[in-house]
Amino acid sequence: MEIPRHWRLKGQRYGLVGEVCPHCEAKIFPPRDICPSCGQEAKTLYAFSGKGEVYSYTTIYEAPTGYDENAPYTVALVKLDEGPLVTAQLTDVGDQPIQIGMPVEMVTRKLRQDGDERGMLVYGYKFRPRLAVS
Amino acid sequence: MIMTDIIIAGIGQTPVGEHWDISLRELGFKAIEAAIADSGGLRPQALFVGNMLAPNLSRQAHLGALLADFAGLTGVEAATVEAAGASGGAALRQGYLAVKSGFVDVALVVGVEKFTDAIGSGVEAALATTFDSDFEAVQGMTLAAQAAMLMRRYMREFDVPADGLSGFALTAHANGASNKNAMFQKAIKLETYQKAEMISEPINMFDIAPNADGAAALVLTRRGLLPIGFSHPLVRIAGSASASDRLALHDRRDPLTFHASRITVEKALEQAGISFEQVSLFEYHDAYSIYAALSLEAAGFARRGQGWKLAQDGAIALTGKIPCATLGGLKARGNPGGATGVYQAVEAATQLRGQAGANQIAGARYALIQSLGGPASTAISHVLERAE
Repeated sequence: MEIPRHWRLKGQRYGLVGEVCPHCEAKIFPPRDICPSCGQEAKTLYAFSGKGEVYSYTTIYEAPTGYDENAPYTVALVKLDEGPLVTAQLTDVGDQPIQIGMPVEMVTRKLRQDGDERGMLVYGYKFRPRLAVS
Repeated sequence: MIMTDIIIAGIGQTPVGEHWDISLRELGFKAIEAAIADSGGLRPQALFVGNMLAPNLSRQAHLGALLADFAGLTGVEAATVEAAGASGGAALRQGYLAVKSGFVDVALVVGVEKFTDAIGSGVEAALATTFDSDFEAVQGMTLAAQAAMLMRRYMREFDVPADGLSGFALTAHANGASNKNAMFQKAIKLETYQKAEMISEPINMFDIAPNADGAAALVLTRRGLLPIGFSHPLVRIAGSASASDRLALHDRRDPLTFHASRITVEKALEQAGISFEQVSLFEYHDAYSIYAALSLEAAGFARRGQGWKLAQDGAIALTGKIPCATLGGLKARGNPGGATGVYQAVEAATQLRGQAGANQIAGARYALIQSLGGPASTAISHVLERAE
């Protein structure tokens, strides 16, 4: 059963909670406890704004098990406004052409379903084109 | 440190392809049998197996005991070495260290991968276990999609035209045409590349090496332990280095730099006492054409953003300044996962022995080979030298 390993990550999956380094102020996502910038201990939690832009992207047609029902779907490396890159699917894109540099924001969506209709649903962050009002 | 030469005394390989009728153990044994025979019958004391996915695709772990048993070597030290796509290079490195240390006199290194034990989305799911599971794989990522994002960003940053990376596939297929162990033995035209089906834009089917079954093996020993009458030209391991980078691509400060690749090339060349200009051939890990470009840059053959030009202007061809993928590379020979790094060593040794036939690099003395796990999350480089 994979329930505990998804439950453990609820802060990251639903809240984009990472860390801020108390020594050099670097913002860290995903959390890793040792600051990648200065190498010192960094355990102070920090909630990211969820705003960023597309660093690069592509489309997946042949997906891994658990994702194949959603194919084709678009994945991206998103550069968060606070600095880090994250790997995430893009969603709610509609007919808009995706471009490098396109502003996006985090939303919570279903990532995958394990097994049959009784299988666990895994929710987490995806990114959508940033809405004008936000 | 024992200052003695480590010699690649035996090499063996199976053709790369879809071996539906051959099991994992039979495949591994074919390569082992060939390598031991090639070495003049040396008896291994230790077996290092490079494999990436057997526990997943074949429901088979514990390959050390399995292959030692099946090869009639019961009793020897035996274990699997896993570093994703660099598993073969990692197994070679462990074999080298074992013999170099003096604890082992004769080491057998075998890389084996059996992709066709699974099909469809199960293969993608198995490959996705090599990602950061919590933060990459959970998003439904594939290795090809990750490489596609690198390639798109690279092309954007360095103004690369749409078919700018075509030279890697064209070179690989031209070289694979005369390798009887290659999966694809046919040259392709530029138009074929330009019209190819997209896998994950901008990666088309010629920017990605085909996953396939295969096994390759090496017998390593110290120079003084070679059998009397050993008849092959001597090929020694002149440099060996391994390094890791941040596992997840998104955790890199600069995703377009293969940092671990650069570190290991520098170390391996330094151990061999040569500069990159003296390298006769480079077997890079062209699982994707963008990996080839980034590896050429990391190794120092091209400046940042310029690696693709070496493929476009013929510098990586057999007669070029730095021949690459000389027997087809991953693209045309095929990419048998954890066996790939061992194939590279077998092919480089073939070149240094002067036995590469139509693909022979004249006067080849130093071969640089590099095995990558993911986008150089692991990089393992070796320099092989034709010894006097």
